[in-house]
Amino acid sequence: MSSTAVGAEHHDHGPAKGLKRWLYTTNHKDIGTMYLVLSFVMFLYGGAFAMGIRLELFEPGIQYFSPEKYNQMITMHGLIMVFGAVMPAFVGLANWMIPLQIGAPDMALPRMNNWSFWILPFAFSMLSMTTFMDGGAPNFGWTFYAPLSTTYAPPSTTFFIFAVHMMGISSIMGAINVIVTIFNMRAPGMTWMKMPLFVWTWLITAFLLIAAMPVLAGAVTMMLFDIHLGTSFFDAAGGGDPVLFQHIFWFFGHPEVYIMILPAFGVVSAILPAFARKPLFGYTSMVWAVASIALLSFIVWAHHMFLVGMPLVAELFFMYATMLIAIPTGIKVFNWMATLYQGSITFETPMLFALAFLVLFTCGGLSGLMLSIGPADFQYHDTYFVVAHFHYVLVPGAVFAIMAGAYYWLPKWTGHMYDERLGKIHFWLSFISINVTFFPQHFLGLAGMPRRIPDYALMFSDFNMMSSIGGLTYGVSQLLFVYIIIKCVRGGEKASEKPWDGAEGLEWTVPSPAPYHTFSTPPKVD
Amino acid sequence: MADSSYYVPESSRHPVLASIGMFVMLFGLGMIMNHSEADGSMTGPIVVCSVGFVFFAYVLWQWFSDVIRENHQGLTSLQLKDSYAMGMSWFIFSEVMFFAAFFGALFYVRSFVVPWLGGEGDKASSHLLWSDFRAMWPPMSNPDNTLYPAMTGVVHWNEIPLINTVLLLASSVTVHFSHHALLHDERSKFQAWLGITILLGAVFVYYQAAEYEHAWNDLSITLNSGIYGSTFYMLTGFHGLHVTLGAFMLLVMLLRSFKGHFTKDDHFGFAAASWYWHFVDVVWVGLFLFVYIL
Repeated sequence: MSSTAVGAEHHDHGPAKGLKRWLYTTNHKDIGTMYLVLSFVMFLYGGAFAMGIRLELFEPGIQYFSPEKYNQMITMHGLIMVFGAVMPAFVGLANWMIPLQIGAPDMALPRMNNWSFWILPFAFSMLSMTTFMDGGAPNFGWTFYAPLSTTYAPPSTTFFIFAVHMMGISSIMGAINVIVTIFNMRAPGMTWMKMPLFVWTWLITAFLLIAAMPVLAGAVTMMLFDIHLGTSFFDAAGGGDPVLFQHIFWFFGHPEVYIMILPAFGVVSAILPAFARKPLFGYTSMVWAVASIALLSFIVWAHHMFLVGMPLVAELFFMYATMLIAIPTGIKVFNWMATLYQGSITFETPMLFALAFLVLFTCGGLSGLMLSIGPADFQYHDTYFVVAHFHYVLVPGAVFAIMAGAYYWLPKWTGHMYDERLGKIHFWLSFISINVTFFPQHFLGLAGMPRRIPDYALMFSDFNMMSSIGGLTYGVSQLLFVYIIIKCVRGGEKASEKPWDGAEGLEWTVPSPAPYHTFSTPPKVD
Repeated sequence: MADSSYYVPESSRHPVLASIGMFVMLFGLGMIMNHSEADGSMTGPIVVCSVGFVFFAYVLWQWFSDVIRENHQGLTSLQLKDSYAMGMSWFIFSEVMFFAAFFGALFYVRSFVVPWLGGEGDKASSHLLWSDFRAMWPPMSNPDNTLYPAMTGVVHWNEIPLINTVLLLASSVTVHFSHHALLHDERSKFQAWLGITILLGAVFVYYQAAEYEHAWNDLSITLNSGIYGSTFYMLTGFHGLHVTLGAFMLLVMLLRSFKGHFTKDDHFGFAAASWYWHFVDVVWVGLFLFVYIL
């Protein structure tokens, strides 16, 4: 793969000065940076709620938070982490890397790109303001099941609904931008099956977003009508059904969880080959596996609802359809392992995070397979086993992949190498503490501890204490990440064009830091 | 495939201002909805919401003006036009999924919820709560008729809905004629057919309002009359809003054409509005079939 150098004929000027640069920008790198910064702020914000949760659960009894406050904390934790931390982080990576990886001058619709970003701070302000309203913040969990979110909801739910609408509008516009960029802006010669997997996974993720987010908008709109306008979508007394809410929510919700993991697959598929110094094993099957996972994600939603009293045939259908997902996912995991096989592996920080992803995401995937078994799920449902499962796929899964991507591309973004020693310390602290946090929760769940409660039976004390120690350690460790990033932005060893000798892709053909405008003249891809 | 003439606008204040407008508008709407007697006057919330809306609309106006100006300056390459076309197509797809949520709710309620409430199947237990409830569609009674007073009649498909179907299908044809005329550089024909399309849309909205009046007052079909009213108003209401928006978009295109905009090779704004119009037409066919006839 070769390319011409960065063109600078049209845009030889740098960024504007001061605050206006960020407010008015149309530059994909600026917007990517803003997304990443926002997502990290949200990660700390949502993380603060997690710290509160683990503090309360450190020992049995009610210590710090009332049950009402606790419910608000778990709700805000979930919403902020899903919509504020993980999703925007991947959009930030997409903004930075997709134009660089396909040789495009920018995203296809630059102004709309900035709009997608700027809606988010306002949406999260609206969500946060609910904390100070009468009745407090939303308290029904991030899944906001009716009637908790309708009949029994606090008045602030109205603002929660509009915040969700804003996040949805932002996501849909962001996704449209990604799809159009990939379809329309690839450099000459960048054919479909030459695209880096990060681009492929994002293309498919964007499709999931456009298909799923409007359904969420529909769900919250029906909630709004039930609350304020007297409709009975989710009230059986008027011929509706609370279970209808769950069907609609999870029709959005299951694609949503893949929206949060598919780009992680893309990041890991870039990093493992780079540090194993071997091409990715089974590129074509990787692409097809991601596409199959995405399609399956639309026909498995009711595995979140095995206990609502569905007809047997539905239970069976959703059980088997869910198990099918293990096949493409297995293909991916084995391909990554085959990529590592006989490679000349080195263990820089991005590689450590990517390897931890491989192992721990697989753990989370396997507990997911356990949960897919309908009869077994009758036991696991709504216990800490579920909490352990989805935190394994989301934290050492999605979040570790984001961290891996950040370390991997930091030299390209900042022009400096990050502090490798501190990076490794950050990794090991995170790796150990995350397992201490979430592994015991499997046992808690299997022993019957329900999720979403501020207090528990004495028999659960030891594992909860372990989990809290791990959680608080993980939280504190992330402050080290802040320090590493700031240090790397401010200075450090100069990074070359391609600081990782095994790395592949167009992004490594431009200088580090990447100039404000890249590929104004498209590179030629062989 | 990319070429070096792809236009990347320098910087723009519209996105951040539009976000502020959207925030103020929705916050005001939330204040209106959460308003109770005890809060005193409704003026404040209405002012907040209206100011937000006007500001939002003003920013979008400026934004679209910029895009049109850039096109007239020749900055919009064919590749950028492709981006716009793809963007509009995927936007329409997202709208399809929005309606899919409401259609899905309707199908689920009709096929499962109402029969189960009536005691059908081994999973049904609701008849323990409401043993008098008899399942039927449209439901002429609700499980709890005090909370949700039942409607007294249904809208017949062969009255206003049939007229509206003819109107909207005809308007899809006329907007196509309009496009056809534009492609053949027949400007006055283009404007005439476009005007007729907008007129058909306006008459549709008028009839829809008349039907609402009839349904609400004569048949007691209200938002509060149980699941039939809920799905009926949600589906037809959002569709009506989309028709209104689509007609507004076409109206803007007509006014632009009077200013001399659009040529036979360069009329993306009109094309996008007409795609949107075909989309609301297709949704209507689904509504006519599943809400009114079946």
